Amino acid sequence: MSSEYAIEARGLAKSYGDVHALRGVDLYAERGSMLALLGPNGAGKTTVIRILTTLLIPDGGTATVGGHDVVRAAARVREVIGLTGQEMSVDGLLTGRENLVMMGRLFHLGKAAARQRADDLLEQFDLTEAAGRQARWYSGGMRRRLDLAVSLITAPPVIFLDEPTTGLDPRSRQGMWEVIRKLMADGTTILLTTQYLEEADILADRVALIDGGGVVAEGTPGDLKRRIGSERIEFQFATDDVAEKAQLLVGGAVLHGNGLSVPAADPAEVRHLINRVADAGFDATGLEIRRPTLDDVFLTMTGQTEGATL
Amino acid sequence: MSTNVLTPERVRAVAVAPRSALALAWSDCLVLTGRSLRHLTRNMDQLIQTFSLPIILLLMFRYLLGGAIKTDQTYINYVISGLIVISAGFNLTSTVIGVTNDMRNGIVERFRSMPVLPPSVLVAHVAAAVLRTFVSATVLIVAGFLVGFRPDAGPLEWLAVIGLLALFATALCWVAVILGLLAKSVEGGSGYGLILVFLPYLSSALVPTETMPKVLGTIVRYQPVSAIADAVRSLLTEAPAGNSIWLALVWWAAILLLAVPTAARLFRRRALG
Ligand SMILES: Nc1ncnc2c1ncn2[C@@H]1O[C@H](COP(=O)(O)OP(=O)(O)O)[C@@H](O)[C@H]1O
Ligand SMILES: [Mg+2]
Repeated sequence: MSSEYAIEARGLAKSYGDVHALRGVDLYAERGSMLALLGPNGAGKTTVIRILTTLLIPDGGTATVGGHDVVRAAARVREVIGLTGQEMSVDGLLTGRENLVMMGRLFHLGKAAARQRADDLLEQFDLTEAAGRQARWYSGGMRRRLDLAVSLITAPPVIFLDEPTTGLDPRSRQGMWEVIRKLMADGTTILLTTQYLEEADILADRVALIDGGGVVAEGTPGDLKRRIGSERIEFQFATDDVAEKAQLLVGGAVLHGNGLSVPAADPAEVRHLINRVADAGFDATGLEIRRPTLDDVFLTMTGQTEGATL
Repeated sequence: MSTNVLTPERVRAVAVAPRSALALAWSDCLVLTGRSLRHLTRNMDQLIQTFSLPIILLLMFRYLLGGAIKTDQTYINYVISGLIVISAGFNLTSTVIGVTNDMRNGIVERFRSMPVLPPSVLVAHVAAAVLRTFVSATVLIVAGFLVGFRPDAGPLEWLAVIGLLALFATALCWVAVILGLLAKSVEGGSGYGLILVFLPYLSSALVPTETMPKVLGTIVRYQPVSAIADAVRSLLTEAPAGNSIWLALVWWAAILLLAVPTAARLFRRRALG
């Protein structure tokens, strides 16, 4: 057992019938850090979380959370974790406060302590005004915040967040990021899954790219960005032939038909690359500059689009 | 301001003194039963099922249909026990839906990641449904009294009625839980719930079996819903008991003994899925 890692997984494997959801996943998260698990739909993110939160027993491999084995010491693990699942798990017929008090009682807080904790959390998550309304009338963002508040009732040192911002509008997403940042400032270890490159980049200390049930790359957001660029230039050329020739001029470019997708670290490099292509006599028929997407990450890391369906 | 001001140590300090596993399980069940009962007040369907439907049925059978059905006693004395059984079925449709809902959305999943015994959710659904059934039965008996129901039961017989109804409601609730666990969707759940609503119509709850075709009448007389309706009727009124009380006891005890492990097995399979 190692003490510097709050989450440690080795060779996790899980199959559902003949669907190999995980084929040997290794993960490490240092105490007080955030690890983002970045991958497209169906990559295996939820399966990893369900194993680490003792909801699912792996077919192979081992994992510890807070130093406790997730299979042999599941009860100990449950005492140190909080989970906000991908699906909403608040009771829509109860009010926000009733949800929190009930969950506090189920964590075996006394009545007064459960009420006190509920009020604190409502305040912290900006839900005091909505506290007396039934959760089914909450907006998506409010429901997610309530959901997260529930998993923080016992102030667990390790938190699992499964796609906490999927389906939220940009403002609610910002709000959620604020809350997550506060958690990180308190020294909570967080494992977050996401389909958004930007989210992993902004929040995480380390990012693990997961696709097809395996980790295809792991590093700091800086490492990743160095490899995929923070900007993306999309050239269109008259023919596939021209595009192929232009590809030789620039590094890390991905070719698709008569299109060429080129990573660039910053605006200066964007200008530089466009000039280089033009100076070499390749006339672009179309030009677009955009932010890299998850697709680009997987194209660059694995050289294939398969699985990346964003 | 800090989200983690309450460290795990402090939470444990404010938590009630350490209790035995049994005490914790009991407290979990109480908290969750409270939740299920709260649903009653939040949900128009449930309020109607529990309070209004029994009264509507009572008035309908007393004044609209009662005259056409021949019984040895007044029809109101005959039909009250049947209506109690029928309203138990109505109340259970929301148990089926509630269980399906809990299994479909993430709440059972969340309980499993907490130090909670997950089957407490099912126990709570059953406890709440049994309570609702007793509320409906009380409503029926009181309202029945106003429109001519005249029980001749002594204290012992009332106690026996309460005991029998508790057994019946508990067993039937576990059947409802099974249907809720089997349903793939909430819509499916409410479909399954209808089984419980219609079963009593194929019993002696509303109409004496003597008026039915002979073969059908014999089958209907011995089925579990008829047994409980006949047993309660014989205890409350002057209707002859025959073997209905024993029949009801055996039927519903057997159903309970079968339903609980079946539900537990289904729950384990669905929850681990
Ligand atoms: N209960 C299940 N039964 C069968 N297949 C499943 C089940 N859960 C997940 N899968 C499959 O396992 C793979 C990984 O799923 P999941 O971990 O949910 O991915 P993600 O969370 O990254 O979208 C997918 O192909 C999914 O269809
Ligand atoms: Mg998922």
